[in-house]
Amino acid sequence: METVIKTKDLTKKFGDFVAVDKITFEVHKGEIFGFLGANGAGKTTAMRMLCGLSRPTSGEAMVAGIDVYHKPEEIKKNIGYMSQKFSLYEDLTVLENIKFYAGIYGLSDKDIKEKSDELVEKLGLQSQVKKLVQGLPLGWRQKLAFSVAIVHQPKIVFLDEPTGGVDPSTRKQFWDMIYDASEKGITIFVTTHYLDEAEYCDRICIMVDGKIKALDTPSQLKQNYKVNNITEVFYQLARTAKRGDD
Amino acid sequence: MKQFFAFIKKEFSHVFRDRKTLLMLFGVPVVQIVLFGFALTNEIKNSNIVIVDNAKDMASQQIINKLASTPYFHIKKELLSSSQIDAAFKAGDVKLAIVFPANFYTDLLHANKAQIQVIADASDPNTGNTLTNYVTYIVADYQANLNATIKAPEQITLDTRMLYNPDLKGAPNFVPGVIAMVMLLVCVMMTSISIVREKELGTMEVLLVSPFKPLYVILAKAVPYLVLSLVNLTVILLLSVFALDLPIKGSILLLYGVSTMYIITSLSLGLLVSTGASSQQGAMTLSLVGMMLPTLMLSGYIYPIENMPMILQVLSNAVPAKWFYIIVKAVMLKGLGFSYIWKETLILFGMTIFFLTLSLRNFKIRLE
Repeated sequence: METVIKTKDLTKKFGDFVAVDKITFEVHKGEIFGFLGANGAGKTTAMRMLCGLSRPTSGEAMVAGIDVYHKPEEIKKNIGYMSQKFSLYEDLTVLENIKFYAGIYGLSDKDIKEKSDELVEKLGLQSQVKKLVQGLPLGWRQKLAFSVAIVHQPKIVFLDEPTGGVDPSTRKQFWDMIYDASEKGITIFVTTHYLDEAEYCDRICIMVDGKIKALDTPSQLKQNYKVNNITEVFYQLARTAKRGDD
Repeated sequence: MKQFFAFIKKEFSHVFRDRKTLLMLFGVPVVQIVLFGFALTNEIKNSNIVIVDNAKDMASQQIINKLASTPYFHIKKELLSSSQIDAAFKAGDVKLAIVFPANFYTDLLHANKAQIQVIADASDPNTGNTLTNYVTYIVADYQANLNATIKAPEQITLDTRMLYNPDLKGAPNFVPGVIAMVMLLVCVMMTSISIVREKELGTMEVLLVSPFKPLYVILAKAVPYLVLSLVNLTVILLLSVFALDLPIKGSILLLYGVSTMYIITSLSLGLLVSTGASSQQGAMTLSLVGMMLPTLMLSGYIYPIENMPMILQVLSNAVPAKWFYIIVKAVMLKGLGFSYIWKETLILFGMTIFFLTLSLRNFKIRLE
């Protein structure tokens, strides 16, 4: 199996505070890899290091076969990113947002045209293309933000708590989009604190106090901890946490 | 390069979508200039003047008739002696006094040198200055006519005295001031808000994860405001030339050149503000309090710097608008060339380098 993300003892310190403490893991191509943890467990910091937004203090990391220390710029061409804020321009229309993001990834005019038509059709937003994003419901914005994050067909897409504030049925639809992308070979790296969503992942990694406490498929984890759902697994591990929410 | 244009296009969309801000940016300078223009015209037409004609000869009469025939002056009284002038000024509504010496025409013909004394109430320096200029033009015109008929090069010199404010310090030259202000408003405030907005919305993160270089983000953000500022400058200049009859005496190309320099200084200042602010509100406050106030107070545009306490005079050197104000006055009003303003331009250039270095350093830190 092809490995697209590989880390060894990856660490990030902010002064004396160790946000991420020697984490080691691998993510395979096309996998949906879930990163779980309470607020302040270090999952966002870990993701930011892999995206090149934050420089690791020590340890090794390869993303899409590229070293994060030496060629962070090269990595950027191969990844997509969607933050919890959905990161669309509210005063631009749906189409303008798509074209802008496709544009800064350097897609050709022809590709931009094709991609945006395809995307709009898939999302069923034909009647909304000329409307400003600020008028869109949150669920649509979320789907649009995800589609925009993979518009340049990256190898890996990083989703930082992508379902925050969205109602359960829309979350389900969103996960359908994630499966779709995964089937096309895009690796999904997703952080979440909705524990039910963890069940949708191929493998999950639970972080507590900056360390990886568990890493396996959801069913294997449930078996190991002899419980019925991931929520139970998470609570057993989270109870050991010394850091509070921050 | 294609990416860069996509970004600039997006920035322009932001600017044009925000109608209120756009209206403010173009409305404020227009309103300021038009208001001032009309206030200025009303005041300077029909000014009351007094004349002391000690000569009572052909030349003095001709000049007085010429003065009276213009719309600018209303000859209130012809006084008998110079000693009455002071009282006339103190009585209030007299703006200007003109004194012809005895033997004016004879001096003009035989000594080729005659003098007229012009005394202006300069408590409002701009009015005093303008009225004196009118007299100068009228006398020069009379002289030109005279020279056309008589071959000898007569010389009438004006002995001008500005009462109450002899050096005309702080003559509010509105147009250069408005230009300096508006450029700053557009560049510092708009640029910093537009960068901080990206941070606030979380779109900056997405941009930083994309292959689009952070330096390009900054450049692409600067371009629309540079263009906007140049358009604004053009509007102000057109208004001042056609509505205020204020000609641009120097080279227009030079004026645009130095303005572009000032705009770049302001843009880099905007960038610096954006690295120091974490919210749009913060950026606005920082630009208003940190930039607008010092610019209003210390650029010399409203309050003459020469009259300030030493400490403020020293501080005013750090205000870019002060230097730009000097440059615009020199080029626009005095018609001077680059050799007269290179020092000020160099100072602006130095400031730009300083702001840019500081903000690029801060910007890098923020990426971590």
